[in-house]
Amino acid sequence: MTTRENLLQKPSLEQLKAVAKQVRRDIVMMTCEAGSGHPGGSLSGTEILTALYFGVMRHDPANPKCADRDRMILSKGHASPLLYSVLAHAGYFDPSMLPTFRKFGSPLQGHPDMRKLPGIEASTGSLGQGLSIGIGLALARRLDQKSFYTYVVMSDGETNEGQTWEAAAMAAHHRVDHLVAILDYNKFQLDDATSVICNMEPMKAKWESFGWHAEEIDGHDFGQIFSAVDRARAQKGRPAILIAHTVKGKGVSFMENNNHFHGVAPTREEAQRAFKGLA
Amino acid sequence: MEKKLGKATRDAYGLALAELGRENSEIVVLDADLSKSTKTVEFAKVFPERFFNVGIMEAHMVGVAAGLASAGKIPFISSFSCFLMCKGFEQMRMSVAFPELNVKIVVSHGGISIGEDGASQMSIEDFALALALPNFVSMVPADEYATRELIRQAAAHKGPVFMRTCRPKAPLIYGPDSKFQMGKGVRLREGRDVTLVATGLLVWEALEASETLKKEGIDAGVIDIHTLKPLDEDLLVEAARKTGRVVVAEEHQIWGGLGSAVARVLSQKAPCKMGFAAIQDVYGESGPAETLFDKYGLSSPHIVKAAKALFN
Repeated sequence: MTTRENLLQKPSLEQLKAVAKQVRRDIVMMTCEAGSGHPGGSLSGTEILTALYFGVMRHDPANPKCADRDRMILSKGHASPLLYSVLAHAGYFDPSMLPTFRKFGSPLQGHPDMRKLPGIEASTGSLGQGLSIGIGLALARRLDQKSFYTYVVMSDGETNEGQTWEAAAMAAHHRVDHLVAILDYNKFQLDDATSVICNMEPMKAKWESFGWHAEEIDGHDFGQIFSAVDRARAQKGRPAILIAHTVKGKGVSFMENNNHFHGVAPTREEAQRAFKGLA
Repeated sequence: MEKKLGKATRDAYGLALAELGRENSEIVVLDADLSKSTKTVEFAKVFPERFFNVGIMEAHMVGVAAGLASAGKIPFISSFSCFLMCKGFEQMRMSVAFPELNVKIVVSHGGISIGEDGASQMSIEDFALALALPNFVSMVPADEYATRELIRQAAAHKGPVFMRTCRPKAPLIYGPDSKFQMGKGVRLREGRDVTLVATGLLVWEALEASETLKKEGIDAGVIDIHTLKPLDEDLLVEAARKTGRVVVAEEHQIWGGLGSAVARVLSQKAPCKMGFAAIQDVYGESGPAETLFDKYGLSSPHIVKAAKALFN
């Protein structure tokens, strides 16, 4: 079973895969129970957040406000089911709360609210804002000579936002480091494929030309995520971004690359089919 | 009553920031390439390591401030009011107001008194925007002394603050020993017949209007509402009950500013005759501040006229 105690130490690849599978089951269950939410972009980012919380970040769910903790900002706030599941299994709150997602009175709001749950580092849900907040955290770290890292998990769709590029230019100019952005590049946004709505390619070259360390990785491969994060953290005087190629709806056969499930919850019948594939 | 010009409130802001920076090492300042105009340059000169010029990126600047605040810093961010409030508004909503982060937004060049730069640089909507943000305190100091003290209180307050400063030299209303309390209006002059409620540079215009009215046999009280939100309802209600007539004067568009806020309170708690001196739903233009105040209905004769109309 995936408990905090045996995972916050040194998780094996098998353990990480087991957590990711549990997280995917939770995403399907939570969105199904809520009757709404965003399963596709939650499933695509599952390995990224699992890797960060169970294999990369220095954090303590028992002391969620510890000054030198690593921070993760989910700039793509609509992937809240993913965040809630990972935080719950990391020990920030009881996983039995997960089915309350989007219900009236639940701290598991439709999009993350940092005032309502421990472990949430920024209230998000309006795209394009997380990177700026992450840069603020990284500048505070530098001023206070602390050692924490700030991770910002972004969507590909939100690179449409002008604020993303304001942040990209400013972070490089101010030589911000200890900042690792991870782009969950699942190739879809709400209305259609990113290549159809507003093609942002060449993605890697854009970030490099802004002065960032940029790498392309397979966002579902734990080994690639860990080694790329190591190289990103080692950057001195410049920010880093990992362009993680992912599959929207990953892990649920009929949701993969099916953009219907961007913002539509599975029916009970669909959820049962999904659970069979995630057994 | 002699008109003595003091510092511009933006100048007082810059100096107050530099002073505060000495006392509190958590204070950091951000500007979007207008530091010489907003006067945050005064802080930058003394504390370059705690000053970040982010470039002309108002929206991004608000987000950076949110991150700094969530790590325990006290960020003051500045630009012209029209640019920061409009381009950074959504970020203020999502990244500052909603999570109640400790960010201080001090905008300069408020209103139409910026003069020659013209309409594109004038901020006539900023009160409406700031007042619409839950969790924000909103302030508009009338002169350098009010600015100095209220900036200090803004820094001590835990939570988001909006403050508007202005470009031209501000007539002195107060002295170095004047006392201010965020959220409490200042009764500058007692009056029996009508109360003139004003904020920012129009506090001086209200005082002048009260002098004029006196000569015509009308005893007009004057209240400085330096904090628009939270609004000092008790003081306003008391004055309205006493005089039965209230005129609200503000260097802002008539929709959604101080006048609307005061009318809402008084209509419920102390209905009385009301008049308004504000910009009548139009944009400004280039010209000297005094000329613009005359044309757009803000100078003391307009306040006098609005007050006298309440006696018909």
